Amino acid sequence: MENNIKRIVESLNDKKPERSINIMEVCGTHTMTISRYGLRQIIPDTINLISGPGCPVCVTPAADIDRILEIIDKYEVSLFTFGDMLKVPGTRSSLYDKRSEGKDINICYSPAEALDFAKNNRDRQVIFLAIGFETTIPLTSVIIKRAYKEKTNNFYIYNTHKLIPEALEVLLGDKHIKIDAFLCPGHVSAVIGSRPYNFIVQNYGIPCVISGFEPHDILESISMIIDQFKKGKAEVEIQYRIVVKEEGNPEALKSIYEVFERSDSLWRGLGNISGSGLELKEDFSKFDAKIHFPVKEIKSVEPAGCECGDVLKGIKKPFECRLFSKVCRPDNPVGPCMVSSEGSCAAYYKYERLKA
Amino acid sequence: MTVVKNKESTKINNNKFKDKIIQLSHGDGGIKTGELINDLILKYLGNKILNRLEDSAVLKCSDKKIAFTTDSFVVNPIFFPGGDIGKLSICGTINDLATTGCIPAALSLSFILEESFPVSDFIKILSSIKRILNDTGLHIVTGDTKVVEKGNADKIYINTSGIGVIPDNLEISPLKIKAGDKILINGGIAEHGTAILSIRKEFNFKTGITTDCAPLSSLVKDMTAASKNIHALRDATRGGLASILYELAGTSGTNINIYENKIPVKKEVRGICEFLGLDPLYIANEGKMVVFTDKKDVDAVLKAMRKNRYGKDSCIIGEVTEKGKGNVTLTTSIGTKRVLDLPFSEQLPRIC
Repeated sequence: MENNIKRIVESLNDKKPERSINIMEVCGTHTMTISRYGLRQIIPDTINLISGPGCPVCVTPAADIDRILEIIDKYEVSLFTFGDMLKVPGTRSSLYDKRSEGKDINICYSPAEALDFAKNNRDRQVIFLAIGFETTIPLTSVIIKRAYKEKTNNFYIYNTHKLIPEALEVLLGDKHIKIDAFLCPGHVSAVIGSRPYNFIVQNYGIPCVISGFEPHDILESISMIIDQFKKGKAEVEIQYRIVVKEEGNPEALKSIYEVFERSDSLWRGLGNISGSGLELKEDFSKFDAKIHFPVKEIKSVEPAGCECGDVLKGIKKPFECRLFSKVCRPDNPVGPCMVSSEGSCAAYYKYERLKA
Repeated sequence: MTVVKNKESTKINNNKFKDKIIQLSHGDGGIKTGELINDLILKYLGNKILNRLEDSAVLKCSDKKIAFTTDSFVVNPIFFPGGDIGKLSICGTINDLATTGCIPAALSLSFILEESFPVSDFIKILSSIKRILNDTGLHIVTGDTKVVEKGNADKIYINTSGIGVIPDNLEISPLKIKAGDKILINGGIAEHGTAILSIRKEFNFKTGITTDCAPLSSLVKDMTAASKNIHALRDATRGGLASILYELAGTSGTNINIYENKIPVKKEVRGICEFLGLDPLYIANEGKMVVFTDKKDVDAVLKAMRKNRYGKDSCIIGEVTEKGKGNVTLTTSIGTKRVLDLPFSEQLPRIC
C-alpha cells in the first residue's frame, strides 16, 4: 500500500466513529474511484459510503429520452451527444436502437464537434443533446455564444443541464434518506466554488468536504469529515484545494448566466426540482431544439421493476435492487444507473459484484 | 512442411505497373488482374510456390501435429502510428499460430479492394507485409484478390491464414493451467488500441503512442526453448488483457489474481485512457503474449523473454490462485481487491 494511503487509513482507524455515519458522494467519478479501488474494504466499518445522484446520464428522466426520440422520428436531424446517452432506455426505445435503424446519431466528445458539423453541413439540422452538471454547462454556453456570433442557423441544443446544490436540498428534505455528511464533487465545485453548499451547513448542520478524485483524495476527505464530527462542528471544507477556490470560476459562471437562466428541472428519481435546471435566455432561444422541433407529449414510463430512483437517492444500494445483476446488467441495462459508465449500479457491478 | 527460401532482392522495381488507382477490372480475372498479380503482388511477395499461381499451394506434410488459423482485418484507418493493415494482418496470424508453440511454416493472403483504392497505398501495404516476412523468414504461399465497386468496401480488407508444425513433446493448452502458475506478459498493454484511437478523425489528439504490432514467433520459440513447462499462451488482442484472462480462467476452471501495479502501461497510454474514460486492461494489443508457466520455471522463462527484442519489458503480472469458477480479481495499487469485469459493448469498433 502506498505510504500516504496507509497513513490516512491508520488515522481513520484511530478515530473510528462509534456510531454509523452515512457519507453520500454526489459525483459519478467519486463513485467509480470508491468501487474501483475497493475503498470500502479499508475504511472503518462504521463509515458507510452511499452514492447519490452524481451521474448526469442517470438523472435524465425517461421523458427527455422519449422527447428526443420523438424529434428524431418526426424531423430529419443529425443528433450529437456523449456516448453514454445512447443506451439509456426511454419508454419504448433508445438512441442506440434508433441509430441501428439508420438515424443520424453521432457520439461526440465536445459540443464544438456538433457546431463544426453544422457549419460544414448547412443542409443538415444539427442538434446537440446537452447533458451534464455545472462541469459541462460552461462548454455548452461557449458554443451557444459562438453559434450566435457566427449566425449559425442550423444548430440547436436539446438542453437537459442540471444544477447540483438544489438536488442536495431535496435529498436533505426527504425523511427516508439519512445523510450525515456530503462528499462534494470536485469538478462541479471548480466552477461553482464552495459557497453554494453553505446552506447545507447552516440549515441542516451537515458537514461538506469538496474532494478530489484519487483514492488518497477521497480518503483524506473522509478523514476531514470525521474530524468535523469529532469536533462537533459542520462546515464546508475544500480538500481539492489545487483546483477548487471558494469563489469558483467566475469566468465560467459568467458564461453560463450570459446564455442561460434558472428554471425547474425534472430529475429521474427525485422528481421536479424548482430552480435546478437552466433554460436558454430569450436572446438565444432560437437555438432551443424543444421550441424549434415541437412534438406531442407522450406518456413516459420508467422501466418496470427498476429501482434507479431509490438508488439515486441513496435509499437503496445497487445490490438491493431486485433486478441487479440478474436481469439488469451492463450488456442488458434496464435502468440508466447500469448504462452510464459513471452510474452507481455499473460501478458496483463492474468492481464489487462478488459481494452481491 | 517445407517452404522454399526466397532469394529475390528486396529492392522492388514496380515500374511495370502503371495504374494509379484500383479499378474493378483489377479483380475481373482478366488481363488487368494478371498485371496486378504479376507486376505488383508477386514483385513484393513472390516465391517459388506462390509464383506458380496455382489454385492450391502444395506443401510437404509429415505425421506431426499441425496448427492452422485464419483471421480477417478491417482496421480503420488502414495506416496508423507504427503500422498499417498489412503489418497487422501478417503479425496477427503469426501470433495466433505462435500461441500453440508451433513453428510457423506458410501463410495465405487475400485482399478485398475497393474500386479507386490508390495503388500507391497498396504498394505501401505490400512493402510493409514484405518487411514482416523478411523479419520472420516466412512466405505467402497462396492468395486471392477481389475488387468490389466503390462504396461496397472501405478501401481494403485483408484475410490471412497460417499453418505451422507443432514440435513433438510440446503441448500448450489452457487445459494445462493449474493453481500456482505464474502469469507473464512481454511488455506494456493497450498501445495498439490507443494508437488507432489517437488518429481517428473524431479525436483531436497528438500523441507519440505507436502500435505494439509485432510478430511474436521468435519470442515463443525462445520461451519454449527455455522451459518445457509453459502451460498456456494467448495473444491479447481484441478485448485486451482482461478478456483473455477471463477466457483462460473459465476454460481452465481456475481463479486468477493480477496486480494492478505490476501491469506495464506506458505513461502516455495511461493518460489518454484516463482522459477518455477507458480502461487499458480492455484495450486491444497486437504484440502482447500472455504466458502461463509453471512457477518453478518462471525465472528461466522471464530471462528468455527479456533477451528477445519483443520481450524486453516482460514481467510477472499475477498468478493462478486456485481451482475455481473462473473468477479474475485484481489487487489494486492501494492493496485492496476487486473483481475484473468483462467488457460488454464495443469500446472501439474496427480496431483490427
